[in-house]
Amino acid sequence: MKAIGIILAGGNNSRMQELSNKRAIAAMPVGGSYRCIDFALSNMSNSHIQTVAVLTQYNARSLNEHLSSSKWWDFGRKHGGLFVFNPTVTADNSWWYRGTADAMYQNISFLKRCHEPYVIISSGDCVYKIDFNRVLDYHIEKKADITVVCKDMAPEADLSRFGVIRMNEDARVIEFEEKPMVSQSNTISTGIYIMRRRQLIEMLERSAAEDRWDFVTDILIRYKNMKRIYGYKFSDYWNNIATVDSYYQTNMDFLKPDVRKYFFRDEPRIYSKVDDLPPAKYNTGSDVRNSLIASGCIINSKVENSVLFKKVFVGKNCVIKNSVILNDVYIGDNTHIENCIVESRDTLKANTYYCGDKAIKIVFENNERYVL
Amino acid sequence: MVQKEMIAMLLAGGQGSRLGVLTAKVAKPAVAFGGKYSIIDFPLSNCINSGIDTVGVLTQYQPLRLNSHIGIGIPWDLDRNSGGVTVLPPYEKSDNSEWYTGTANAIYQNITYIENYNPEYVLILSGDHIYKMDYEVMLDFHKEKHADVTIAAMPVPLEEASRFGIVIADKDRKIQEFEEKPEHPRSNLASMGIYIFNWSVLKEALCAMKDQSGCDFGKHIIPYCHDKGQNLYAYEYNGYWKDVGTLGSYWEANMELIDLIPVFNLYEEYWKIYTKSDIIAPQYLSSDSVVERSIIGEGSEIYGQVYNSVIGSGVVIGNGTVVRDSIIMKNTKIEDHVTINKSIIARNCQIGSSVTLGTGEEAPNRLNAEIYSFGLVTIGEDSVIPEGVSVGKNTAIAGVTETADYPDGCLKSGEVIIKAGDSL
Repeated sequence: MKAIGIILAGGNNSRMQELSNKRAIAAMPVGGSYRCIDFALSNMSNSHIQTVAVLTQYNARSLNEHLSSSKWWDFGRKHGGLFVFNPTVTADNSWWYRGTADAMYQNISFLKRCHEPYVIISSGDCVYKIDFNRVLDYHIEKKADITVVCKDMAPEADLSRFGVIRMNEDARVIEFEEKPMVSQSNTISTGIYIMRRRQLIEMLERSAAEDRWDFVTDILIRYKNMKRIYGYKFSDYWNNIATVDSYYQTNMDFLKPDVRKYFFRDEPRIYSKVDDLPPAKYNTGSDVRNSLIASGCIINSKVENSVLFKKVFVGKNCVIKNSVILNDVYIGDNTHIENCIVESRDTLKANTYYCGDKAIKIVFENNERYVL
Repeated sequence: MVQKEMIAMLLAGGQGSRLGVLTAKVAKPAVAFGGKYSIIDFPLSNCINSGIDTVGVLTQYQPLRLNSHIGIGIPWDLDRNSGGVTVLPPYEKSDNSEWYTGTANAIYQNITYIENYNPEYVLILSGDHIYKMDYEVMLDFHKEKHADVTIAAMPVPLEEASRFGIVIADKDRKIQEFEEKPEHPRSNLASMGIYIFNWSVLKEALCAMKDQSGCDFGKHIIPYCHDKGQNLYAYEYNGYWKDVGTLGSYWEANMELIDLIPVFNLYEEYWKIYTKSDIIAPQYLSSDSVVERSIIGEGSEIYGQVYNSVIGSGVVIGNGTVVRDSIIMKNTKIEDHVTINKSIIARNCQIGSSVTLGTGEEAPNRLNAEIYSFGLVTIGEDSVIPEGVSVGKNTAIAGVTETADYPDGCLKSGEVIIKAGDSL
């Protein structure tokens, strides 16, 4: 593969509410057994990209822990490998990353040192599966300066948190609006870009000289009429998880047979850090319907239309419905949980009741763990 | 020169013929256990949990699965710059080339491997037991007693003692005598096939006995050391230990895992069992599924009913299918409306729709009543069972079978279908 990968995983989003108190969005657990960044990392690995840099900033501890070894994604190689760049103080810089372009600019020596002619940029908060080789072929065929992977959203979708694109009949981007209140089109940018490495370095240096730090507004939108920016339409599953609703919905999507088959059974696979947990155990009284259960769970009661992440313990006579229970949660007996997302490593006392009425409720208790 | 205090030699070359069709294509240590594990994961995990980072695995019978399972030892943290795990198959030599003819002979042929690490002690393990044991505690005992050889032994009921090698020890645990499968046992301490030797003592014994045909630890090396007046001690172990050598004990040990709080608990934090997991997706239970008293591995999809069973990773159980008291291994696909009672189904099998397994009265197996008993249906790897047939108890099936193989759509209790080489 003639490209390096860059994964932007530094952002925070207030629309994740309390869920982002603990971790960067890219480290959010997704689909029962994965973390969100696994999708971008596995796509790069499966596309035979050998060198990948992850740029982190906000609340990166949990993400760094997940990335502590690169072997799970097959990046433990002599050539290339997985690099994690946190903001750092140097002789001529003491800023945090001031934006996505600045994050890359502050690591420009890495970009200059690589020899691959192309760069693939992806955000770390999206769930998708793509072969970057096909995007690169398209990029070369169109003689594009920048290729943006884009997706047509459903007409009723709220596009005000996305970059919205309009293209001409040749797929050249003629309009790019960042987070518009009312949009002219329902095609959005997925935050995946391909461009020549030299081109990126030049644009980053020029933006930095002008004190401009955002890749979308200061590079994509600013250069739109000068450079050949093309859109690559992607029609398979893609979702951004950066709001509570979309996070919940993305997890629930895995209950659909086609989504499960696409991500769990069809090649290429999505990789993740292996946790060495025993198989899930179902005791007398367990009654699980239409749910995903990860390894290490122990179930003693009713679970319906829910996603249980790794190592969840469900006590007796509980009802768990339409909920997402994150890793390592202990749920005491006779507890009712409905329309909730339960934060990881939580302990819910027996005989409690949690129900999200109009919106999904986020449950976080900080109770002491029961002595089992 | 590198020196490791103790290295482990893990004997994993045996077929385990009493597991019948389960070990037709893989060595016994590679047979699945407990949903997602292989039998060899238990001694390997014990090694790393006990602080032993150098393990030689001796392979001989059908080693492919074992080799790919072990790889460079990543799942057990045995990928090391110095030491780690090394697979040791038999090899050709300039003078005499032979297979491993016995357990001790296999170690004798790998003296060079052991010498590379210049160890003080060598731990001999076998790859076919289910247990959690801290070998470091056993080593402390060995040092404390100034022993030359320490044999791990566990108390067994006296009436069963005649099935084991029995050690007779004094109050201080010093071994006085051995009895191999005695008719009237004088002690209930059974040898577990786990030994710690001072390397100098073992090396001397191996070299002295090198011409012994089928040189075996229990039969030759231990008696030799005893006769030479070495200090032999018995280390008493009282935890869970199971020899899963027969289909009955294999089935039973799996079933014990589904108790509310199993005697052998895989869910304890402090003594994890590691394995190579290439399937990591969560499992899916459909709207119509019922699962009770069972454990299920990663990525399985359950549309039917599962009771009292151990299900591996990547298994699909179809709509209206009922599985009871059974073991189903990795990537096996079971179609709709199948009834499965007390069966062991190995990897990558396909069971057609409306099949019934484990029905009718028991009858002794006509091929080998010793192996295929306990009322079990045993189905070997990569087997195919056509739709609509019914299969009785104490039966075995291996290979791609067709409706024509089942007279009147039925395999009677005690019958066997083995179609060799069909899957090639």
